[in-house]
Amino acid sequence: MAGVAPLTNQQYNYEVIRKFAIAALVWAVLGMFTGVYIASELAFPFLNFDTPYITFGRLRPVHTTGVIFGFGGNALFATSYFVVQRTCQARLPSDRLANFTFYGWNLAIFLGVISYMAGYTQSREYAEFEWPIDILIAVVWVTYFWLYLQTLRRRSQPHIYVANWFYMAFILATALLHIFNNLAMPVSFFGLKSYSLFSGVQDAMTQWWYGHNAVGFFLTAAFLGMMYYFVPKQAGRPVYSYRLSIIHFWALIFLYMWVGTHHLHWTAIPDWTSSLAATFSILLLMPSWGGMINGIMTLSGAWDKLRSDPIMLFLITALSFYGMSTFEGPMMALKSVNSLSHYTDWTVGHVHSGALGWVAMVSFGSFYHMIPRLYNTTIFSKKLIYVHFFLATIGIILYITAMWVSGIGQGLMLRAFDDYGNLAYTFVESVAFMHWPLVTRALGGVFFLSGVIIMVFNVYMTIVTAKREATVKAAESEVARAV
Amino acid sequence: MLKHENIETNVGLLIILSLLAMGVGGLVEIVPLFYINDTIEKVDGVRPYTPLELRGRDIYQREGCYLCHSQMVRPFRDEDLRYGHYSLAAESQYDHPFQWGSKRTGPDLARVGGKYSNEWHVQHLKAPRSVVPESIMPNYPWLLENDLKYSDVAARMATLKKVGVPYSLTKLEYDRNVEKFGEEQAAWLDINRAEENLLTEAKEGNFDGVPGRLTEMDALVAYLQVLGTMVDFSKYDEGYFVEFR
Repeated sequence: MAGVAPLTNQQYNYEVIRKFAIAALVWAVLGMFTGVYIASELAFPFLNFDTPYITFGRLRPVHTTGVIFGFGGNALFATSYFVVQRTCQARLPSDRLANFTFYGWNLAIFLGVISYMAGYTQSREYAEFEWPIDILIAVVWVTYFWLYLQTLRRRSQPHIYVANWFYMAFILATALLHIFNNLAMPVSFFGLKSYSLFSGVQDAMTQWWYGHNAVGFFLTAAFLGMMYYFVPKQAGRPVYSYRLSIIHFWALIFLYMWVGTHHLHWTAIPDWTSSLAATFSILLLMPSWGGMINGIMTLSGAWDKLRSDPIMLFLITALSFYGMSTFEGPMMALKSVNSLSHYTDWTVGHVHSGALGWVAMVSFGSFYHMIPRLYNTTIFSKKLIYVHFFLATIGIILYITAMWVSGIGQGLMLRAFDDYGNLAYTFVESVAFMHWPLVTRALGGVFFLSGVIIMVFNVYMTIVTAKREATVKAAESEVARAV
Repeated sequence: MLKHENIETNVGLLIILSLLAMGVGGLVEIVPLFYINDTIEKVDGVRPYTPLELRGRDIYQREGCYLCHSQMVRPFRDEDLRYGHYSLAAESQYDHPFQWGSKRTGPDLARVGGKYSNEWHVQHLKAPRSVVPESIMPNYPWLLENDLKYSDVAARMATLKKVGVPYSLTKLEYDRNVEKFGEEQAAWLDINRAEENLLTEAKEGNFDGVPGRLTEMDALVAYLQVLGTMVDFSKYDEGYFVEFR
């Protein structure tokens, strides 16, 4: 397929995609290393070293921001620019603005993680950036929207490919969520501190409307866009069902916005919002599985690729984890299950089965497909992709199993009564119980991170080889011309 | 009839319909919370934080305490025994932002106020494992070392006033607070006396156990000691709060 196409920087803007892809890998290493570190702090608290900048409370947003917005965000910019240009056969309208999205986005994340370590945070989960950074992000995001829209408008065929619907919904929803959840009043024009516009119940509702849709649109819809391009491409087969992709798209973007309140079951939020959220969470199972089935069945007739193609392994495993975590999610959104699971590590495990199993795996698969094409070459080592795949899978399994043990265990201990009707355990007994699961979880993280480091090495060697090949080719043609 | 093909070939239509589909859920669940009166229980005693407590709350946010401690007791028997009465919406009505949390790596703190002595809190924050050997909480020794910065406390209160917290600037606002919270409380909520109030409270309370020094520990302990203590639950029948849920 490649090779013949004129894959130069003239037809498409590949330069900015290369930058985003490399940045994604850099943030993956940084963000996941921070994750392993804070996981170790929970297992061995001396690792906080009495140093404010690296205590768990300050590093946790560094981890979440690094992996969600650093790794995930850059991966989405990279793949969305790749997909929109190729499916529209049109170039991004402005190189300058495309570069602005790259530098602006990465500057915002960099400033964010530094400010958290210094103690500046809005203390809203996954929206910890203080107000000046929020404004920078908003400007970058509007630019991103404009570039995407203009590229779609320049498309050379009448239809907008399905992957672009998902990317577009993600861009719109993220703008909406980001703006409303970050409404805040700065204390002074020259300081970072601000207080949120809303308080108590309303603030909680807005935050979890944001929080869950950060998962729903940033970490799901957008990565489904990725799936809809890279799975069919890598499988060499069309999407399984066009009709299913239509139903799945509209149902998913409609239903997701209702379910945020399941993060607030049994709190002081009015019961009716909580019940609505639980109901819609169950409904959401259908489009989620619709998407998973559509992705996996795309492979029908080409299942043998699972034996020979490690990239396909990544993509299909990602879809399987997507299916598993979108089943686990609605179950945890039931009020009865939630009364046990909420506030425990079960939630943390659930998030990671989605974030590592689905988001990261589908990104790795897509990157292994895309990066060689960006450099007009082939991957340095297929064997190392297999190594990465198995390290990642072992890591995830250790991680989520440990969190099930720790979360369900703690949940059961805290609600246990003795024969006399007194509480059977003190809180700290449940903390002591969680020690070994927490150690195992950190180990799972080490496995996953070492897989990523191997990927970075593989990609680095691919790029170096590509550059060498390009120089050789250029020299050869020069020689030919001279002769 | 609108065919899906029309949407697929028209990016403007795709965007508008997507926005509509995504807008409904948020509108239906969020907007009514601002208008339905029963959302927040009618209850006496809940007041905005004093200047010192407010600075303590800022430090609580800065250190990311909300990532391991919730402030939301749920209406279950085990939580009632462990923490106390379930949390009311009214109790966080002046919390910008809310600190309900989402994870209990440590216990809930919604009703921690008055449960332990100031000395216990200071020792526990400085070195948690010296009082609870199995604890995995980090040490926070710098809270005792850092002087509390309070020069902008009036500005912070004024900012909160802009977003709806009833701190007072004018005589009229002060009088309204006297009516609502009583004379003693209204005095603490006067922005004009913010610094003076902060110093008085810290001096009288001596929360950090170090007389003559005003540290971040003073503020944080003052905040922890007020959590969950504002409502006197003995004054209300259990059935009363159920009406609002």
